[in-house]
Amino acid sequence: MSNLIDVTVTVNGKQYERTIEPRLLLSDFLRHELGLTGTHVGCEHGVCGSCTVLLDGKAVRSCLMFAVQAQGHEVMTVEGLGTIEDLHPIQEAFWEAHGLQCGFCTPGILMTLVPFLEENPDPNEEEIREAISGNLCRCTGYQHIVDAVKLATEKMRA
Amino acid sequence: MTKSYVGQRIKRNEDPRLLTGQALFVDDVQIPGMLHAAFLRSDYAHARLRGVDVTKALKREGVVAIYTARDMGDDWKPGPPLVSPPATVENVVFHSRTQVPLVKDKVRYAGEPIAVVVATSRYIAEDAVDDIVVDLEPLEVVVDLEKALATDSPRVHDDLDSNLAAHLSQEKGNYQAAREKADLVIKRRFYIDRGAAAAMENRGIVAQWDVKSQQLTVWDTTQAPIPIRNGLAARLGLSTHQVRVIAPFVGGGFGPKIMMFYPEEMLIPWLSIQLGRPIKWIEDRRENFFATTQERQQIHDAEMALAKDGKILGIRHSFIHDTGAYDPYGLTIPLNTQSHAMGAYDVPNYFSELKVVFTNRVIVTPVRGAGRPQGIFLVERLLDLAAKELGVDPVEIRKKNFIPANAFPYEHKIIDQAFAPLIFDSGNYLPAMEKAVSMIGYEQFVKEEQPRLRKEGRHVGIAVIPFIETTGVGPYEGARVTVETSGKVSVATGVGTQGQGHFTSFAQVVADQLGVDVRDVHLVTGDTAEFHWGTGTFASRGAVVAGNAVHAAAKAVRAKVLKLASKVLNTPEDELELKDGLVRVADIPQRSISLGELAVLANPLRGAVEPGTEPGLEATDYFGPRYGATAFAVHAMIIEVDPETMMVDIKRFVVVEDCGTMLNPLLVEGQIHGGVSMGIGHSFYEKLHYDENGQLLNASFADYLIPTSMEVPRVEIGHQETPSPLNPIGSKGAGEAGAIPVPALFAQAIENALADYDIEILETPLSPNRLFELVHGKEKE
Repeated sequence: MSNLIDVTVTVNGKQYERTIEPRLLLSDFLRHELGLTGTHVGCEHGVCGSCTVLLDGKAVRSCLMFAVQAQGHEVMTVEGLGTIEDLHPIQEAFWEAHGLQCGFCTPGILMTLVPFLEENPDPNEEEIREAISGNLCRCTGYQHIVDAVKLATEKMRA
Repeated sequence: MTKSYVGQRIKRNEDPRLLTGQALFVDDVQIPGMLHAAFLRSDYAHARLRGVDVTKALKREGVVAIYTARDMGDDWKPGPPLVSPPATVENVVFHSRTQVPLVKDKVRYAGEPIAVVVATSRYIAEDAVDDIVVDLEPLEVVVDLEKALATDSPRVHDDLDSNLAAHLSQEKGNYQAAREKADLVIKRRFYIDRGAAAAMENRGIVAQWDVKSQQLTVWDTTQAPIPIRNGLAARLGLSTHQVRVIAPFVGGGFGPKIMMFYPEEMLIPWLSIQLGRPIKWIEDRRENFFATTQERQQIHDAEMALAKDGKILGIRHSFIHDTGAYDPYGLTIPLNTQSHAMGAYDVPNYFSELKVVFTNRVIVTPVRGAGRPQGIFLVERLLDLAAKELGVDPVEIRKKNFIPANAFPYEHKIIDQAFAPLIFDSGNYLPAMEKAVSMIGYEQFVKEEQPRLRKEGRHVGIAVIPFIETTGVGPYEGARVTVETSGKVSVATGVGTQGQGHFTSFAQVVADQLGVDVRDVHLVTGDTAEFHWGTGTFASRGAVVAGNAVHAAAKAVRAKVLKLASKVLNTPEDELELKDGLVRVADIPQRSISLGELAVLANPLRGAVEPGTEPGLEATDYFGPRYGATAFAVHAMIIEVDPETMMVDIKRFVVVEDCGTMLNPLLVEGQIHGGVSMGIGHSFYEKLHYDENGQLLNASFADYLIPTSMEVPRVEIGHQETPSPLNPIGSKGAGEAGAIPVPALFAQAIENALADYDIEILETPLSPNRLFELVHGKEKE
């Protein structure tokens, strides 16, 4: 069990070197090894989408990956998206459109939307709903999230 | 005049932190030297515990300690009963049996904890759980509500004569006499099954006992940190001042995070004291299905007596309510069912007999709606059946029976969930109903569109369901408002927050009173070190009870500000105004002083203070309503059913909501959207499937389907405001409303859509599968 492995992972542009157990989930690595607790864990079986992060720019569920699999890859978490003083346009739009309530699922939704809006900068409602259909939210009923995504596309075009 | 924030669609103060991953949730708490706990839970729903062997588990590297019930000695005690019927209530049978920290003799539900492992990591703790050998002798299981009451049923609690947990009857008027005069009596049996709250954040607790300061700090995903602090102090033999409970950002509550004193909630702080180390336990999703409370199962034998013009003469129902293995939350849920079984209607005669039963399933406590959806389902189903029988339009029969606007306060002459008389404080139902009917285009749909669609062979139905919600119950909440020397305002209140937007709505109330920017009001909720009087966030009471406490405290600070400013500016108080963070003379705006400067003057470092004055610009105040404020709303829906797959497509969803004076309509709408979404889940997608062995068969998000963005439609919202006369703001609760009528709405809409199949829907939740069985004539198994 103590066969530890050295990993080097770049997270939000910063390189981290750690010695970890091979079974450590990427979500636990980010949260507890690196202290990046913005990535949330809601189900640990890949359904709820709360733990979504970007791996080399693609949205992945960090609860379904081992940290060692991120060796040599670039990870981006919600902490890399924007700051309180300098919000990303998607974050701004979620604020303005009341796209979050308890905020637990929100980081995962934001990280799902980043590559989606890069690929499709002008989605219609149907496409937005499909894009976030792998992210469960129990508070909002999704309507204000959809509104926020629409608002974000306007902001990102401006 | 100061710009008014109350009533405005203000975006939330708390969002920037939540959006950037900078908000603290319980699992984010990291303390050096922290240990991690994992639980061994029973695989059986009902079993005699013959032995636990932890020898092998203890040898695993990294394991610090393992506790079973035997290891707890005298500290092993069942949890506190929370809201048992007071002795003053007559003719109530109530057997209180509360959850235990760890199983000692007998397992009563699958998932009940038997042992707890504390280790240096969660991974190791879970490994060690697998090392434990437990000897369980399976017993016959109690799952069926009716069989549970049979004399030969096995018993969940061996020391009771039966599985009856409670028995209570309530009567208003004389139902039997009304029935004899009735032109029509509708009589049916209704089944309501279980659903989960399924907050996205599971439960979690971090406890830190500091030996040198003799202080216990607990971070808990609770909706009610103050009762938890008080209970923990009592249980652990500490002063309440030695215990600080913090409910930081909580990822959704929806009821089960109420002050339950879950086994883990009692154990983790106790373990921290035993071991002198900080300990964290975070529930995983599977545990959430097996260990977090659930709700809704009831069986009703109900009837409604009517005159031929559709006027309700009376309602009678006998029902069995499932409380699961224990009943810590008393009768709150079934009493709520009774309070809503007459809906929004002027029902002169009512009789209700309630039996609560113990079963070998997860404990039942309120889930968003808390017994109300069941009551509304019952009365609305009966009305639909009556309307059909009488050939009356479903909307018209409801309008005919509404409590009229001039009848408030309306006394129901039964007791509510607080064992106090059920009184509806205010309401104006007819205009809200008409607004909903008009928004959905009821007439046009029924007369033109539906016949056209039916000709095309499509099955599209419409439904309109009005309902009441009792909200904003006592006893009280409090708040402390302080003007700081920076001129900014801090507010502390005892309720916890799980996404409702209290950091903003309460700031709006304060900003209006003190004439400051809403962004300059900083709120702390749910930290007993900041405020330690109150009960918590449940029963749609935050905005009503805590909101009005904040209002009262802010008004008291305003009075202090004016009194001091009057002296400083040498101007009578009534010539002063509070605006832009300043107090100024209304006619001479350049004569002013800032709130920050006044705060400094109010807390001098030298000089004499007049007797009777308090330092600072600070006030603490409380609010306790005489009784709850009753909200009203109407939901309307158009739905298409595919008769081959029985999948549904919601075409339109309209809500007209009257929750009194709204603090922030944007947040109210968010609450409605979320409530509707959960209501849709609990009506058509979500059902907890227990088998005959008390095993939950769909305990994962892959099997228990909560609605996604593809299932939840856009909700069109209309507002009406009938202020509650019971509080200065005029607010009523809105948190649970969205979820309450949706099962009744689905039943009405689907029957209407499938009119040519002539089915009766007498159960909830439905599913495509179940609907298929109903249409093809299969009885309930």
